[in-house]
Amino acid sequence: MTRKQWLLSGFVAFTCLASTAAVSGPIENYSPVTAQRLENPEPKNWMLYRRTYDGHGYSPLDQINTSNVKNLTPVWTFATGVVEGHQAPPIVNNGAMFVTTPMGQVIALNAKTGDEYWRYKRQLPDDLFQLHPTNRGVGLWEDKLYLATTDDHVVALDAKTGKVVWDTKVQDYRKGQYLTLMPLIVDGKVIVGGSGGEFGVRGYVVAYDAKDGKELWRTYTIPGEGEPGHDTWQGDDWKNGGGSAWMTGNYDKETKTIYWGVGNAAPWPGDSHPGDNLYTSSVLALDPDTGKIKAYHQYHQNDSWDWDEVEAPMLIDLQRNGRTIKSLVHPGRDAIFWVLERTPTKINYVAGWPFVHTDVWKGIDETGKPIVDPAHKPVMGKRVEFCPSLWGGKDWPSAAYSQRTGLVYVPANENFCGGFTGEKVPLKPGELWLGTKPEDIGLKTRPGADHFGELQAWDPATGKKVWQHNFPKSQLFGSVTATAGDLVFVGGTNDRNFRAFHAKTGELLWEQKTNSGIVGMPVSYEIDGTQYIAIQSGWGVDAQRIQDALVTNNIGIEANVPQGGVVWVFALKK
Amino acid sequence: MSRASFTTNFTSSENSRQPDAEVDAEQTRRTVLLGALAVTACLGCSAHARAGEDPPGSDERPQKGDVLVYSQGDKEGKLITAADLNAGGPPVHAWPKDPNTSVVRSGSRLNEILIIRLDPAELDEKTRARAVEGIIAYSAICSHAGCPVTAWVKSDVGDKEVFKCMCHNSEFDPRAGAQVVFGPAPRRLAALPLALADGSLSIAGNFMGKVGGTQPG
Repeated sequence: MTRKQWLLSGFVAFTCLASTAAVSGPIENYSPVTAQRLENPEPKNWMLYRRTYDGHGYSPLDQINTSNVKNLTPVWTFATGVVEGHQAPPIVNNGAMFVTTPMGQVIALNAKTGDEYWRYKRQLPDDLFQLHPTNRGVGLWEDKLYLATTDDHVVALDAKTGKVVWDTKVQDYRKGQYLTLMPLIVDGKVIVGGSGGEFGVRGYVVAYDAKDGKELWRTYTIPGEGEPGHDTWQGDDWKNGGGSAWMTGNYDKETKTIYWGVGNAAPWPGDSHPGDNLYTSSVLALDPDTGKIKAYHQYHQNDSWDWDEVEAPMLIDLQRNGRTIKSLVHPGRDAIFWVLERTPTKINYVAGWPFVHTDVWKGIDETGKPIVDPAHKPVMGKRVEFCPSLWGGKDWPSAAYSQRTGLVYVPANENFCGGFTGEKVPLKPGELWLGTKPEDIGLKTRPGADHFGELQAWDPATGKKVWQHNFPKSQLFGSVTATAGDLVFVGGTNDRNFRAFHAKTGELLWEQKTNSGIVGMPVSYEIDGTQYIAIQSGWGVDAQRIQDALVTNNIGIEANVPQGGVVWVFALKK
Repeated sequence: MSRASFTTNFTSSENSRQPDAEVDAEQTRRTVLLGALAVTACLGCSAHARAGEDPPGSDERPQKGDVLVYSQGDKEGKLITAADLNAGGPPVHAWPKDPNTSVVRSGSRLNEILIIRLDPAELDEKTRARAVEGIIAYSAICSHAGCPVTAWVKSDVGDKEVFKCMCHNSEFDPRAGAQVVFGPAPRRLAALPLALADGSLSIAGNFMGKVGGTQPG
């Protein structure tokens, strides 16, 4: 061996050592995930998008509570090295944590120490058009993880090593098809819904076999010829009608029904696609074995405002008028707090009321159809203004429900209005197809508004608002989590704070400044008798867009929120 | 809006039956594996030819000597000359076109170009040196998340008009080499040198700088 070869081999050996020293993987003693564990998750774990299939976003852990939360302190952090909106909940299974980041990375960490086991980096194509560069987490099943990617693949990873087990192309990203959600895992099926309504795609929900990635069924959210609901579309509008299904569904394990939120119609102005446009801006009840649509409820017809209703409704048992209603509760992007009843064959309208100011609806009829004021419904060839803005009363960030207080906690935005001019735009696959020029979309604040973001607490059984916390200089754009310690955790503001509120009174009990803004979802877990709270801080995507729009309103709002993702984990100071 | 009444009216929704005709044919395990292999093989490709759709060369990056044609609007496909460009903007969206084969290089969205004519006195020294009669060209793909730069609007942070990517609000100043003036974009748009002869525009060299978005980590 020459001196040069020797030096080179030494260099290679050194870099390999350095590389292996950075991680401690693989994960040993991984706990396989079963249907039983997902249906009745241990209190100490967070294995589903909202921890439980009913979508409550509630942890039964109570070591951290209203009396001691003031002692909550960071115990470890981990910089992901990625910018843009970090929207995924840290998923925790018996001491192993999995976080996803924008650009399709998955990082496996020791949930107690923050040490890295392994990292999967998706090699995204250079020509990918990432309108929503984000990811909302991995699903778990047996010894695998499932990732949905923005280049429209579903990937199965070995949970212990991060190695790819299978990789299935869903559709063609070059035609505006992409995925951002955390897969819903039901009894060995990996179920995802497609994004891309703003590209004029036809939405769908699809299930894959967790073992090998084989497609099991695909249900389109826009009914094709011969299918029920097709007559709510005219001509060929259905072929590009939108109806994205880009948030994780919830699941009723008793009736074996999944409930999936469906997005808005495309393009935006309603008169460009006459009709009710099923199943856009709806919730679908689906059979997880076949994809069969068992029932649906359309929140609002002929959507014209970009008000998708993609967050799945929460499954809550409500006591109302002397009986238990198995309800579906959905604070909508359309500014209406919806209470529905789920039965094995129907979804019934129970009640609805506005939870932020809106000038679009005049009321709700007895069947549950909102009555529209045509003066505030966008059409082609004319500028129309409406309240709330196109981000709605509450966008995709999730509300939470506390089984202890019986309250629903809503990350709402008040005093925002918007508008645009409807314009005929030719459809080109893979290009934006909004029905307006993107630069023509406006966000305005209402005159005299003294705040924007609101954390609201509602009693869904009575329609009574119990408390509200206002944020004077920021939107609220982050998911909410409740705990049995009577705490409500949320980020979502542009001051980079992570906060805990008293679940019963709304009193602000604790806040911690983080590296960036928090768009993601808080979770809670327990290891060796210690309760932890975890969150990803990483501002971006729509929270950033609202921020930029607010800056131009000259209301003295913070203009710069630093980007870059960090996992923060907190516990009580010992 | 007046508050809608909180009704207890239990109005049923219609049931629906299973859609069937439009469901894609079930993939076999073999096709899944083949698909995955094909994807793996293609990872790292900077441009994706659409097999069977685009002619050879359409996904290749702009070549020296290529002419420019409109990529959108009523004049789509027609040759762009210097006389078509109004001083002060707005930019024209273009594809490169091989003058020998007449192939328009529209097979990759990374090839879309913004061409603008500005007052040479407004350009900084480096940009002016590269401009021909105030005409300059840049990649139309944002360096942040790969969205298209579509707008020519007044900046959120200044009084001049700028290129803007409406996906995430990144703004670029074409007078200063398309440097970032607002938003999350990490670097300037790639520039494309042009040549001008007898009023005809052509491409004088490769993109200067990386085309497309950033993949961190």
